[in-house]
Amino acid sequence: MFYSLALSIMLSGFWLVNSGHYNPLMLFFMLVSVLFVVFLCHRMDVIDGESQPLNLTFTIPTYWLWLAKEVVLANIAVARNVWQGPESISPMLVYVKAGQKTDLGMVIYANSITLTPGTITIDQQGKQLTVHALTREMAADMLKGEMDRRVSRVEG
Amino acid sequence: MFAITAVAILVVMALALARAFLGPTLYDRILAVNNFGTKTVLLLAVMGFLSGRPEFLDIAIVYVLINFISVIGILRFFEYAGKKTAEEEA
Amino acid sequence: MAILIDIISWILLLAGSFFCFTGGVGLLRFPDFFSRIHAASLTDTLGAGLILIGLMFQAGWGLVLPKLILILLFSAITGTTASHAMAKAALKSGLQPQVVGSVKSESGGAPSNS
Repeated sequence: MFYSLALSIMLSGFWLVNSGHYNPLMLFFMLVSVLFVVFLCHRMDVIDGESQPLNLTFTIPTYWLWLAKEVVLANIAVARNVWQGPESISPMLVYVKAGQKTDLGMVIYANSITLTPGTITIDQQGKQLTVHALTREMAADMLKGEMDRRVSRVEG
Repeated sequence: MFAITAVAILVVMALALARAFLGPTLYDRILAVNNFGTKTVLLLAVMGFLSGRPEFLDIAIVYVLINFISVIGILRFFEYAGKKTAEEEA
Repeated sequence: MAILIDIISWILLLAGSFFCFTGGVGLLRFPDFFSRIHAASLTDTLGAGLILIGLMFQAGWGLVLPKLILILLFSAITGTTASHAMAKAALKSGLQPQVVGSVKSESGGAPSNS
């Protein structure tokens, strides 16, 4: 029930942002469509803590700031590699263990790796992630496990 | 300034199309087409500001999602196609 | 004040265009599929991000701003997922990445402290 309410509030906010028409008829249509979507989600059985990770609300913003900084730095490194030409890259495969306890934590970790240019998660078996890194330095950074620790802390 | 950004995005789209034509493997082409799609979204957003009509942003939002779904759909399709040829070779 | 905001947004737009162009060049220059994904993710993250943030400075307060934030959010999430799906599909179909070597983390990632 709590998650249904949270989903309704989120969907209403989404509708209000995208619409720009606020007369009573339109707001009635909003109510009908939000209730219909919540009913559909309820039927699909996807309303739970996994689709709406509300327990991360207070821990994840600082992680996002850190991730944004990492993404900018990695972008500059990859841009330098592009202009130096194909000779400057040394692709490596890195096998790392994900230290997170929940599936959601592992998804955040794997997606953060992919979001950072220069490293991409290409496979996952159990807790072992296969990562393709563009250069040796990026592979070495990956092995230090800084991101892994931070995601584990976010997960709580 | 919007015009310069729009021209830069168009050049990048041309480069992505070149990779789509050259690409030795199927996945290179899919990557290029996906990149072309994300650049289309940026172009739509910039065009909205260039012509002073922010309604273009709604189309851009829808295009992001359609682009994602179409790429996943194409990958799904060729995933099975690849398996079939692998079985035939085996 | 208005001129200052204009200058900031112009710098962001130009930097975003530069990163997009770099990604496009990398898409042509890099030798194999798995390294080309890195070039494509360059345009997806910082290229798109800088251009959209530059547009946000021009938009001012209103309904345009949250829409730009939504586009940024969606493109970040869908771009990541699409890159991973492409890499995984390519690997599963038998395309081998050209690598100079591979390393395995011995310590097993982060020490879990709870």
